[in-house]
This record gives sequence, structure tokens and C-alpha cells, in this order.
Amino acid sequence: MSAGVAVLELSDVVKEYPGHPPVRALDGVTLRVDQGELVGVVGPSGSGKSTLLHVVGTLDRPSSGIVRIGGNEVSALSDRRLSAARSRLIGFVFQQFFLVESMSALDNVATGLLYTGAGPVERRYRAFEALSRVGLAHRIEHRPTELSGGEQQRVAIARALVNRPAIILADEPTGNLDSHTGQATMDLFRDLHAEGATIVVITHDRELAATLPRQVHIRDGRIESDERTRAAVTQ
Amino acid sequence: MSVISPAKARGPEASYEVGVSKVRFVELLRASLGSLGQRPVRTALSALGVTIGIAAMVAVLGLSESSRADLQAQIANLGTSLLTVQAGSGFGAGDGTLPADASTAISRIGPIESVSSVVTLSDTVLRNSEVNAQATGGLQAAAVDLSLLDTLNSSVAKGEWLNKATADFPVVVLGSVAAQRLGIADVGSGQQILIGKTWFTVVGILKPFPLAADLDRSALIGMNAAATYLSADLNPSTVYVLADPAYVDDVRKVLGATANPEHPEEAQVSRPSDALQAQLAADSAFTSLFLGLGAVALLVGGVGIANVMVIGVMERRGEIGLRRALGATRRHIRGQFLLEALALAGLGGLVGVGLGSLVTVIYALSQGWGVVLPAVAIVGGIVSALVIGAVAGLYPAVRASQLSPTEALRS
Ligand SMILES: Nc1ncnc2c1ncn2[C@@H]1O[C@H](COP(=O)(O)OP(=O)(O)OP(=O)(O)O)[C@@H](O)[C@H]1O
Ligand SMILES: [Mg+2]
Repeated sequence: MSAGVAVLELSDVVKEYPGHPPVRALDGVTLRVDQGELVGVVGPSGSGKSTLLHVVGTLDRPSSGIVRIGGNEVSALSDRRLSAARSRLIGFVFQQFFLVESMSALDNVATGLLYTGAGPVERRYRAFEALSRVGLAHRIEHRPTELSGGEQQRVAIARALVNRPAIILADEPTGNLDSHTGQATMDLFRDLHAEGATIVVITHDRELAATLPRQVHIRDGRIESDERTRAAVTQ
Repeated sequence: MSVISPAKARGPEASYEVGVSKVRFVELLRASLGSLGQRPVRTALSALGVTIGIAAMVAVLGLSESSRADLQAQIANLGTSLLTVQAGSGFGAGDGTLPADASTAISRIGPIESVSSVVTLSDTVLRNSEVNAQATGGLQAAAVDLSLLDTLNSSVAKGEWLNKATADFPVVVLGSVAAQRLGIADVGSGQQILIGKTWFTVVGILKPFPLAADLDRSALIGMNAAATYLSADLNPSTVYVLADPAYVDDVRKVLGATANPEHPEEAQVSRPSDALQAQLAADSAFTSLFLGLGAVALLVGGVGIANVMVIGVMERRGEIGLRRALGATRRHIRGQFLLEALALAGLGGLVGVGLGSLVTVIYALSQGWGVVLPAVAIVGGIVSALVIGAVAGLYPAVRASQLSPTEALRS
């Protein structure tokens, strides 16, 4: 395990939301994710999973502790540099997909490269590659409203991987899908993992998480357990 | 082949470069215009205020410039070197006339091109003996010098002007209004009118005198004819003086004293073209009033745009959050929304300029003016629309950019 290259390192990360009383959504989280890992983060509602993903994804800063992405310490970076980190190193997948209704699947995926400064031809070409990879080459001109929920989520996944990120962060990607399509989406993550992608999937579905090679259990902002299944160890 | 190309392409940990977040300007513009295009009705309605404001300002400037240009052309055409001396009705000025030798005295002033006296006669002007004098009221008879037409730089519309021979006989030339009121449209058929108790034959009808409207309502006869057939008192009531254009002011200063050396204060000297000049100045007062109203409409339009933009920011939190997650910096978000406000106002300004120009062209043509569309109105219209857009868009854009990404995504 220590032989791997760390993509993500959290050390004693605390996130407190101000209020009366203040909410400690993350309470001293230490976590390391290596290149090529597929990690499931599991926990009950309100346990701090989304907060963890936001902090890891540099969408939010921790109250204290250290967050490193690809070796870059987040607290040292300005808003501009954090945005750059998101545009190049991180791919997000959200429960609500967040696709733009007025754009085709191809253009939606291409927006994943919008803030990297890539030109339109390159963006569309790589968007097509990514859509092909998730099995939607035949749907590139469809609008989100013309796609099934599972297809929409695959478009969102294609958008997350189009910039060849160091890590893909998915927050309840199966939350809006039935169990069958949810399973298919997890299979897609497993395939991408097999090709070497580093992925963190948040879910409150223990069964779904159990199929992943590594499971991090979180409760009340603390890591309760961090297990690797045998299948993953022997791999 | 892997689309993802992780470890191998990336290499060791150190090569996870953060780099910089950048987006092409055209992409921001496309995002802004795209969002406007998606809500065409809202876009049109929110740009309407600016459109109306700019259209009003462009039309006001265009129309006032067109009418000024027309007035200026008229003044240039008529000249500004015509002066008049009139018998004042001042203290002790009983008979309201100038000395009989006034015009002779005036013609001795050096820089003078032409002088003519006009003697107003008290005799009535009638179409025929059956007509009630009241019916042709407002018309007057006047005895004039032959040089009058040269001094006024005018000519006859029909027939001919008086000459040395006809000036001695009962022959009359009518001003344009006088001819109309008497119902005389043409000459040459021996048409006669009754002045006092004598029949005069009409030989000519004059063009209108924009600088001497009194003469338009007059029936003009020669001095000798007046002396022979009508009342004998031939002291001039008005002397028209055409000065050398270079010395108009100098001539004007000495004119009163020259015309009436004994009572210079009773000789009223004026320049008829001054009335037109005053009209030029009066126009600009109206212009600023309407410009002010246009500016108010523009301001209201700006407030409308700000309002719509603030609502748009609220509605599009998800999009803002997504863009931030995809790597947009605060500046990119601010730029996108600012561009949207600019595009909205610019659009309104452009349509406003078009509309204002159209109004100017149509109205100017209907008035027979030349169309003048001042560049300052067109450029200024678009620039002020953009300024309004920038000001209106600033607050919503800053608000959008300061939304925290997590807050924006929690929708
Ligand atoms: N912006 C905020 N301000 C205050 N409290 C917050 C905020 N965001 C989250 N919290 C609180 O922090 C805790 C963790 O929230 P978080 O969204 O991370 O939970 P979660 O594990 O993702 O839950 P779920 O499974 O329902 O999505 C919760 O108690 C929540 O109420
Ligand atoms: Mg959550």
C-alpha cells in the first residue's frame, strides 16, 4: 500500500460550519488515496460524506488540517489556483447530474474542458472519446431530456473524465437511479478503475459499497473503519 | 487505449501540476449570448427600457440637429446682413414716421449695398367696391422704392416687379399673402383691385419674404403713384438696409442716428434674421428637456436589467456551482454575467439607435428637412447603453462570483 503514489492525502481535517451550536461536519479525518484506487465512502445521512467530498474537491476549505491533491497543498492555493486544480486534476459526478438542458450530450461533456483553455475542436474530439468510453457514442446529439436517467449519469461521468483527472469524485451517483441502473453505473466505475482511474464514490448504500475494493465508513464526521476486501488485496 | 491515461501519462506525484484555469473570451461570450437566446421574451422585455431610452435620445438629437441644420441653411440662404429702421412709437413720436430724407442719409454710410424706404399708406385694399373693408382686413397698401426687391434679395413669383415707367401709374404688385386673400392667383388678365378710391392693375405677385412678413400682407405701389393717386404724406415708416456682410455691426450702430438725427432714440434698428437665430437657441432648450427624459428612461432600463440579472443569478445557482466545479474562477463567473448584462444593454442600445434613426428619418422627411443623424448620437447611444449595462451588471455579476461553490451546488 505504501508503495503507491498518493493522489489524495488528508491529515486531521476538521470542517466546522458556524452556527449555534457550530456543526462539526468533519472531525479529524485522516485519509490517503493512492493512484488507481477505487474507494467507497459509506455512512448514514448527515455523517459528513458530502462535506468530505467538497473539501477533497477544493470546493470548500477545511477549518483546520491539511489537504493535499496530487502533492499540492490546498490551503496554500488562491481561489484562482484552486479553480485550476478543479479544471485539471478533479472530475466531479453529482447525484443531480447537473447537465445543461439546452446542450447536446457532446457539448455537455465538452464543458468539462472549458476552463482548461482547450480549443473547440480538441474539446469536441475528446468529448466524443469520453462519450464512446461510457457507451454513448450513438447518443452524442441527444439533449439531456431525451436521455434516460442512467444515460444522463453516464454523460455526467464522461464529463468528469474528459479532462483526464487525477481523481474522480462522485457524490451519490446512483442516488437518482433505480437499483439496476445504479448497478450498471457502479460497473462503469469498476471498468474505469480497471483501466487505472482513481475514483472516490460516496454512497449510503452499504451493499453497493461492499462491491468496491475499498470501503471507508464514516459516522459523525469521523472515520469509523477503512477496509480493503480480499478481492482487491489479491488483485 | 485508455481515455483516462492516469499513472503512466502522469508519471510521479510531482507532475500533478495545478496549472492555471483559463477560458477563451469567445466561450464566455457564447455562454452569455446562449443564456440570453434561451429566454428570448425575457431578454426582449428586459432590454426594452434601454431601447426606449436610447431611441428617445437618438431621435431627439437627430430631429433637433435636422431642424437646426434646416434653420441654419435658411439663415445662410437669407443672409444676416439685412437691417431695418422703423419709426418708433416712443415718447413724443407722434406720427410714427422717419424723416423723409432718411434713406438718402443712410445711403451715405459707407459699407451699404442697398437701401429702400417703405411708406405705409392708410388707404384700404379691396378686391372690388362691393366687398366689406373688414373682409380684407389686415392687408395694407405701401409705397416702396424700386430697389426694394434688391435690398430684400427676393424676386417675383408671377408677373413682374415695378419699374421706372409703371411706378408712376396705378399699377400694383402684391405680396404673397395679400394675393391669396384677394383671391388673385395669376396676373396678365388685367385684374384690378381697389386701393382707396382708385383702381390699380395687378402686374406681379411676390415670393414670400421670410425676413419681412409685413410686406407679404401688402399691396405695393410706386412712390410717384402714391403721391399722384393716394394720400400725399410720403415719410417712410420703415427703411430696409442691406449692409456689407463684413460691417453689419458697424452699420447697425450708426443706423438710428443717421435715419433720425434729431431723435435717434425713436428710430428702432433691428436685424430680422435675429428672430431665426433666437429660434436656434430656443430649440436647444427643448432638446435638453427631452434628452433628460430619455436619460431617465435609460436609467429605468438599467435598473430593469439589474433586476433581471439578480433574478437570473438566483435561478442559475446550479449552473454557477457546476461551472465552479469545472474550474471556473470567480473572475470567469463575474466576466460571464457582466458580459451578459453588457450584451443585453448593447442589444437594447443597438435597437434603440435603429429606432431613433428611423423616427428621425421619417419625421425629417415629412417636414421637408434634410436628414441629419449626428455621429455623437449614434456612438453616444451605444456607448451609454454599454455603460448602463456595465453598471447594472456589476452587482449581480459580483454576487454570482461570490457565491460559494458548495452553496451554489446545494440546490
Ligand atoms: N452549509 C452548511 N451549514 C451548516 N451546516 C451544514 C452545512 N452543510 C452541511 N451541514 C451539516 O453538516 C453535517 C454533514 O452534512 P453532509 O451534507 O456532509 O452530510 P452527508 O453525509 O452528505 O448526508 P447525506 O447522506 O444526507 O447527503 C450535517 O449535520 C449537515 O446538517
Ligand atoms: Mg450528501
